[in-house]
Amino acid sequence: METQEFKPRILVFSTDKISDPGIDQAGLRKIHYSPSVYTISIPCSSGIKPRWILHAFEQGFDGVFIAADGTECSYSSKCSEHTNSIIVEAQKIMKERNINTKRIRMAAICSVCAEPFVNHISTFSKILQDLGSIKNEIAEHKAPSLS
Amino acid sequence: MSPLNDDKDSITSSFYLTKQTSFRIAMKQRIGVYICHCGGNISDYVDVEQLSKLIANEDNVVISKDVMFACSDSTQKDMVQDINDQKLDAIVVASCTPKLHTHTFRNVAIRAGLNPYNYTQVNVREQCSWAHSDKPMDATIKAYGLIRAGINRVKYSEALENIEITAQKAVGVIGAGISGMRAAVDLARMGNHVYLIEKEANVGGRVAESGKLFMTGENGKDVIDRLYKRIKEIPEITVFTNANLDKVSGSIGDFTLEVSVKDEALKLNVGAVLVTTGFDFYQPKEGEYGYKLSDNVITLQQFNKLIETSNDKLVYNGNAIKSVAYIYCVGSRQSKGENKYCSRQCCSAAIHSSLNVHEKFSGVKAFHLYRDIRTYGKQELLYTESSRKGDIYIKYEEKEPPAVEVKNNKTVITVKDYLTYKKELSFDVDLVVLVTGMVPRSDSNDISSKLKIPTGSDRFFNEIHPKLKPVETVIKGVYIGGTCQGPKNITESVQSSLAAASKINTILRKGTLELEPIVARVNAETCLWCEKCAAVCEYDAIKPIESNGKMIAQVNTSTCVGCGICGPVCPSNSIEIVQFTDNEIESMIDGFMEKAEINTKQDSQENEISSGKQIKLNGFPKIWREIASALDDKTLTIPQLSEQLGVESNVLTWHLMTMNRYGVVEPAGLDEDEAYYMYKLKK
Repeated sequence: METQEFKPRILVFSTDKISDPGIDQAGLRKIHYSPSVYTISIPCSSGIKPRWILHAFEQGFDGVFIAADGTECSYSSKCSEHTNSIIVEAQKIMKERNINTKRIRMAAICSVCAEPFVNHISTFSKILQDLGSIKNEIAEHKAPSLS
Repeated sequence: MSPLNDDKDSITSSFYLTKQTSFRIAMKQRIGVYICHCGGNISDYVDVEQLSKLIANEDNVVISKDVMFACSDSTQKDMVQDINDQKLDAIVVASCTPKLHTHTFRNVAIRAGLNPYNYTQVNVREQCSWAHSDKPMDATIKAYGLIRAGINRVKYSEALENIEITAQKAVGVIGAGISGMRAAVDLARMGNHVYLIEKEANVGGRVAESGKLFMTGENGKDVIDRLYKRIKEIPEITVFTNANLDKVSGSIGDFTLEVSVKDEALKLNVGAVLVTTGFDFYQPKEGEYGYKLSDNVITLQQFNKLIETSNDKLVYNGNAIKSVAYIYCVGSRQSKGENKYCSRQCCSAAIHSSLNVHEKFSGVKAFHLYRDIRTYGKQELLYTESSRKGDIYIKYEEKEPPAVEVKNNKTVITVKDYLTYKKELSFDVDLVVLVTGMVPRSDSNDISSKLKIPTGSDRFFNEIHPKLKPVETVIKGVYIGGTCQGPKNITESVQSSLAAASKINTILRKGTLELEPIVARVNAETCLWCEKCAAVCEYDAIKPIESNGKMIAQVNTSTCVGCGICGPVCPSNSIEIVQFTDNEIESMIDGFMEKAEINTKQDSQENEISSGKQIKLNGFPKIWREIASALDDKTLTIPQLSEQLGVESNVLTWHLMTMNRYGVVEPAGLDEDEAYYMYKLKK
């Protein structure tokens, strides 16, 4: 049952040691955010494969948010650089498929960044609301399926 | 340089989308799902009963239950029994954040004979019921998606064995300052051989150079001498001075440290390494507060030497010193510079020096030009004492720092006093002391590249987590203690190195150790050894190996940290991290998007408050409304309520205590047997 207001669905990739505790803290302190936000935790944002991002769009996610560790990453001092090139790569493919590249967004979320996380999500939601549902874009340009 | 864009082989985007084909595993067929009420923390917002019924219809799900507390002993026992009776091959627990109970439920699996990695945790509390407590209906829909994702993921879960390796009961301690020396003593007492490796000719580092230390009044050199005497009495500690760490190879349990001592090259075999290399003092730049431009501007370290070596009178360059200005935060808290951090110990150190001056010489005036005084904890006593002695404190701000100039052979300070309407003060002093902060050692890059310890943006060595893993680095078997990690005073330095010592002992104690198998692996069929993975790996974990007549990548599972950086750069998608495979991640995404047919019965309950009692409990847990309606006009004990509501008595106790605090219920005396308190609604 689709309601009148379009609520964008956002997939969050977050890191299990740093961003996850930040997102958990938003819950702990009952700082509410959109319930159509789903989180997958991974060890490091440098390990996100562009195909996962594309898969999310194909499955109907309207946006992908990468909660990165930024300079706090305990694995690599070049983490932001690596993550950024993954986004660049994903955006290349998104362009090929006429998916608006604004549908992907990255920000550093630290282990106590509850408010920043919620703020980022609400800003991103607004952007996605303006862009409208991913279904319109995917439908306009029927791309060959993955795999 | 971007690892992804740097492709000379003209890789098209479609390569990045190839599906990983090998590692086909049998999908799990008999899954048990447990959804936790968390005593109301989840079930007050998420309709867990309805969810467990819905989930029961999912493919491959054999058991789906909602439980009051998944982590309770009784539920754990039930799970073990279910796994055995129903021959479950995987379990999903939907409760709190994985940070809390992953090990609890892995152990449940182990007790039931199930591989612990065939269990998946789903976070429906922190990331669902609490985060969306404002929208119970939407929270229920989201929880359904989260649980579906967990089930999908666990279907692809593989039985993994921990990686077991033997451990050398020996430790290399790099740096024989107070942190390293003190840790060496404890490590040796716990039965490990310790190689204490010092670059300089003498042990003791910065503390041995210090005079009187604050709080205890002891001399730094005496403390070090005492500690060194003790070390020499312990045969398990071998001290190398004038020693240089040349090369490190191997991994946790079995490192080889190549050390040269003068002309001799040594190979030391150790199970773990503790890095206690310390810090450097910030060196003011020429002209910074007049440093090197005026002879009367010196650092706090130089000043301390002067106090030590002067007798009767404080004399510098032949001039008697009657007034001293201390300028704080030199090289620290630079909002636009490199050192953004506070160096923690300098406020106390400067005030302590000022007190030493007052104790040893009379008639020396002290001006403290500070930004904020941070004499935390017991060191506050130093500040109180200095204020009592008449020291003058002037607060400046970073954007308007004090100016130091030489005018008519006098050292003149001009500063805006921020606590007196920024009134500009100008006065001359005999000596200016720059209270310098701590910076990473100049050779810390060398150490970090040899041991592969990541550094933070402050260039100090980085721990895994500042609170939960404060002395561990992402390099298994390499620990950090003392000021190589960031500014600390002596007490804090020793605390951290002793913490690291006991952490090291816990891993080496058994002689063997187990590592989590969450590491990278390579698809031998598709790998073409293009070296891209090895180029981005910061842990040297990937090396080429010959396989079936071609070169492929091989992962060293004991050095691999499982970060996954290698995954996205592989043009043929031939490398992945176990538990984070394409199948697992993509099936989770599919699971989130499953449509749920959830009934909207919850909303109607909001209004059914009992029998005209006007208690507004809408914002409170559902169970409160049930308790309120059960109590009505009656007085009941906890066991009676428990029977009536079918809720465990410990859960009721917890809620009644909270309701009492919120003024919803009140105690109404003891029951007839004087065994239980009665409760009633507060009018």
